[in-house]
Amino acid sequence: MSATYPDYNHRTARQLRYLAVGLLGLLLLSVLWGRYSGASLLSPAELWHDPLAQRLVMTLRLPRVLMACLLGMGLAASGSTLQMIFRNPLVEPGFLGVSQGAAFGAACAIMVFGTVPFAVQGLALFFAGLGVVLSYLLARHIRFGGWVLRLVLSGIAISALFASGVGVLKYVADPLTQLPEIVFWMLGGLYAITWSKLLSILPLAVPSLAVIFFMRWRLNLLSMGEQTAFSLGAAPTRERAIALAAAVGATAAVVSVSGVVGWVGLIVPHMARRIAGSDAQKSLPVALLMGGIFALVCDNVARTLLAGEIPLGTLTSLFGAGLFILLMTTANPWLRSAA
Amino acid sequence: MDAIIALEDVHFAYRGASQHVFDDLDLSIPDGAFAVILGPNGTGKTTLLHLILGYRRPQHGKVYIAGTLQERYTRREMSRLAGLVPQDEAVAFDFSVLDYTLLGRAPYIGPLDMPTENDVQIAIKALETVGVAHLGMRPLASLSGGERQLVIIARALAQQPRILLLDEPTAHLDLSNRNRVLHVLRTLNQHGTTVVMTTHDPVAAAAVANFVVLMRDGKVIEAGQPEEVFTAERLSATYGVPVRVLRLEEQILAFNPLR
Repeated sequence: MSATYPDYNHRTARQLRYLAVGLLGLLLLSVLWGRYSGASLLSPAELWHDPLAQRLVMTLRLPRVLMACLLGMGLAASGSTLQMIFRNPLVEPGFLGVSQGAAFGAACAIMVFGTVPFAVQGLALFFAGLGVVLSYLLARHIRFGGWVLRLVLSGIAISALFASGVGVLKYVADPLTQLPEIVFWMLGGLYAITWSKLLSILPLAVPSLAVIFFMRWRLNLLSMGEQTAFSLGAAPTRERAIALAAAVGATAAVVSVSGVVGWVGLIVPHMARRIAGSDAQKSLPVALLMGGIFALVCDNVARTLLAGEIPLGTLTSLFGAGLFILLMTTANPWLRSAA
Repeated sequence: MDAIIALEDVHFAYRGASQHVFDDLDLSIPDGAFAVILGPNGTGKTTLLHLILGYRRPQHGKVYIAGTLQERYTRREMSRLAGLVPQDEAVAFDFSVLDYTLLGRAPYIGPLDMPTENDVQIAIKALETVGVAHLGMRPLASLSGGERQLVIIARALAQQPRILLLDEPTAHLDLSNRNRVLHVLRTLNQHGTTVVMTTHDPVAAAAVANFVVLMRDGKVIEAGQPEEVFTAERLSATYGVPVRVLRLEEQILAFNPLR
């Protein structure tokens, strides 16, 4: 009987194999590729004999490359999840005040503590969480519209509040020391990644990603209307809350060290659905791998193209928006519902 | 025949609404029936389906499903007992027909689990039952209205329910698609599924029902065999306009003459 649908699961399995091999190859390449007196690829022999190259790879490139991968995966998984539970393909991880909250927290930390690394990360995380909580509480007090509309509206309002707070902080910041730090943080980047920073976000990022990964088939169900989800035995409100918490956790964790990195969480889920179909059981693993690849490619360009670092958020926006325009102007059935 | 669905003294009002939808509603639907809830728009037909499903709870009164109080069932148990075809099935993403039908297996799949090959086979079987298995890999959005409605029915069938609840399943369909859907539902009923369908179309109701419930303003005007229920007098009372009833080639035709 399954002969009727020979390709039902196998096509995605094949795509996942290609993507996984691609990501692993890219990880290896990224560790070797970089500026070591000029943009070049370290040869294994060079790495074997040169202690400075070894230290460069182990303490700088490896954590950064792994962080780029985790960043892309976190944003892509979070974007996929949020788009499903809010039944809207245009939702991205930063909404609900997460990104702007994190930016405000980082700006506060820079103003008060200077560039003490864990202060910036900790406050960014705290305010990202606060952004969500405030959006949620505000949504409960809006007196009209469905739950999704109320959350989106309150997310916009809370984001704008934090954005204006960041504006005030930038205005009063010392233009020579503090302001460049704030601006650079908000442009996003992985230039300051260390092993300790990477390890510090794993306790939040990994469980969040695990919840999303294992709930992925269930996300399909949660993208249905209330009546249908209920009639299929789901508890839509409770299950959406769990998925939302996981998505926000993953985003807040990675954004707290990377700064604002836009577009990954919007564009990658779209590309994944284009390749693997809308079923999140298949498209979410594809999105995870593609997110890793996308962020890694952008970060490699960011750190090697010019002698100075290009802000990562700028590159993801550039590539992301470019791809988005490309996708929108070719036939794409899944954007239909966004109109 | 035992009642598979029984409502006793059910009182229901939407929160914040001054008027109640149901006040002391009593209704029982026999096991194995093809029951059609017939009445004008806004009479509480959808709410009735929601009460049966447990999607909404009555403020007073009791709802029994298969002899057990509705609220005793867990959501998962209830979803194995009754499937719902809602009136507006809005699907935000462009699932394939098979992906969508597989959602009907959710009552049998844990929250962190994936569908198995067996689930896929049951979903394909459900598509075969309604005669659209050849559309499995097509995007849901590319189907015609009639095909889409059949796929939604297949999704509910994948739940392997004893009771199939359908909210106005023929409302937006043309004549041939309406009959295609009704024919599938009648075949399902003949194979043992209790079908409960709401409609405002008396002709569709008369064509398939073996148990008719006439409703108006949250009250049951009459419930019973179609031959007894379909009279000009009762239908006129249900719709609040003069209705004529004709019998033609063993079919009952009811209509409101335009003057």
